[in-house]
Amino acid sequence: MSIDKQDVQKIAHLARLALTEEDAVQYQHSLSSVLSLVEQMQSVNTDGVEPLSNPLEMTQRLREDVVTEGNHREEFLANAPQTEAGLFLVPKVID
Amino acid sequence: MNWEVVIGLEIHTQLSTKSKLFSGAAVGFGAEPNTQTTLVDLGMPGALPVLNKEALRMAVMFGHAINAEIGMHSVFARKNYFYPDLPKGYQTSQMDHPIVGKGYLDVMLDDGSTSRIGITRAHLEEDAGKSLHEDFQGMTGIDLNRSSTPLLEIVSEPDIRSAKEAVAYVKMIHSIVTYLGICDGNMAEGSMRCDINLSLRPKGQKEYGTRTEIKNVNSFRFIEKAIYTEIERQADILEDGGRIVQETRLYDPDKNETRSMRSKEDANDYRYFPCPDLLPIELTEEYVDQIKANLPELPNQKAARFQEEYKLSEYDAGVLSASRAMADYFEQANSLVKDAKLTANWVMGELSKLLNQEQLEITQSPVSAKALGELLSRVLDNTINGKTAKDVLQAMWNGEGSADEIIEAKGLKQVTDTGAIEIMIQEILDANAAQVEQYRAADPDKQKKMIGFFVGQVMKASQGKANPGIVNPILAKMLKG
Repeated sequence: MSIDKQDVQKIAHLARLALTEEDAVQYQHSLSSVLSLVEQMQSVNTDGVEPLSNPLEMTQRLREDVVTEGNHREEFLANAPQTEAGLFLVPKVID
Repeated sequence: MNWEVVIGLEIHTQLSTKSKLFSGAAVGFGAEPNTQTTLVDLGMPGALPVLNKEALRMAVMFGHAINAEIGMHSVFARKNYFYPDLPKGYQTSQMDHPIVGKGYLDVMLDDGSTSRIGITRAHLEEDAGKSLHEDFQGMTGIDLNRSSTPLLEIVSEPDIRSAKEAVAYVKMIHSIVTYLGICDGNMAEGSMRCDINLSLRPKGQKEYGTRTEIKNVNSFRFIEKAIYTEIERQADILEDGGRIVQETRLYDPDKNETRSMRSKEDANDYRYFPCPDLLPIELTEEYVDQIKANLPELPNQKAARFQEEYKLSEYDAGVLSASRAMADYFEQANSLVKDAKLTANWVMGELSKLLNQEQLEITQSPVSAKALGELLSRVLDNTINGKTAKDVLQAMWNGEGSADEIIEAKGLKQVTDTGAIEIMIQEILDANAAQVEQYRAADPDKQKKMIGFFVGQVMKASQGKANPGIVNPILAKMLKG
């Protein structure tokens, strides 16, 4: 199975990646080969087999409902390029 | 054309846990920005989520309350989209294996009829942060306090056929989650938000029309109004031979209109996949049964008990049980009064009137259930009559003291001394000799109507304190002469 360049650009857009023409060609090939492998696997008969959501034979551990973390705002904000009034600042988003 | 509206609702309820769904940060409304967040909520590389036990228990409680199949095996999935208030780039939610499966609710409408609304599923998911669009150096501010707050998203079947039915359903969900104590129900603070999926089809047609989704409506009144305006908008388009565009819309309460939020080109592609950071959740029968056994009484059950135990009408029982706080108030007051109809009338009547006037919740009432019970006991034992009791309630509301203190201080005790009443009546008969003549000359049918005049005079003379039960027979006897 192969995908075309438009598919590659769409996937890149969903992941917010900017691809050059060259990159797109390269990803088109590598993604297509991954999909070929998937296609090969799909020839196995899986009737009646539930999809596997996790390969580990374990179940989720749970936390008690207690507050264990305090206020670390200053440390968190220190990593951000721009802040104001305790907020992270990002380029304007208009809904 | 006669259109039928088809509505399905998605209700996001914020679970009232102390800590977040996947981290140990506190959950709370109104804290300083970014003071209740952790590395997990910020989506820092390597920070792993761990599920909150209490959120899971609350979801199972809800499942039982709507007669649902509980997902004994449930899985978290990633819903991928980019937005600055979602630093991870995905919302952890559930897709194929939700914690709560198919269930239903029976909803009572204003006209007393009941309709059954199917619930497709309810799943656990985390909330996103908040974007503040005020001008911060021309940028958007991000507060991540809300991120990873636990939500239970309750998805109904497209079974709803009117705005009224939609509101009744949302009120029922609100009532259930607050009864269960799993959500504070505070819609103004966003603890319950509703997405409305709505389409029209010609009456009698089987296939659904194209639907639109109205996002984030956060009050009962707005839900009703948003539905009316969207029905009108869609009907106008269809009547003109146009087509409905499947899209997300926003309700603007100021203009009372819905408008498009996202264009179709940007149609969401969430690429759900099982979350590799969270293992599947396996529940045991024992765990699920134990939660069921400890479920509190639910609104419908309480309403049925009120009818059975207190012989209240279906309507009264429905109103009193709609909120747990009001039901508790009623029962506490009535434990003193032991006359359910009288207590119900006062809670739903005078007390509710005072609460509405000052826009207070019953939990904020300046007159406690016990205090109202004491007042009504004084009506029952004939210390005061119902009319005086209203004045006493107002005085209690104003903080002038208990019922007994106010009755005493204002000298409102009914006159039950027959001797004193006889003297009072004699004075009135003497002063109104002409009316007495007329009365005595009239035939018995007319007399029944005429006696009202004398009763009124006695009540006036006694400043409302004469006990009508004692006045009436004495008056009738003395008028005979």
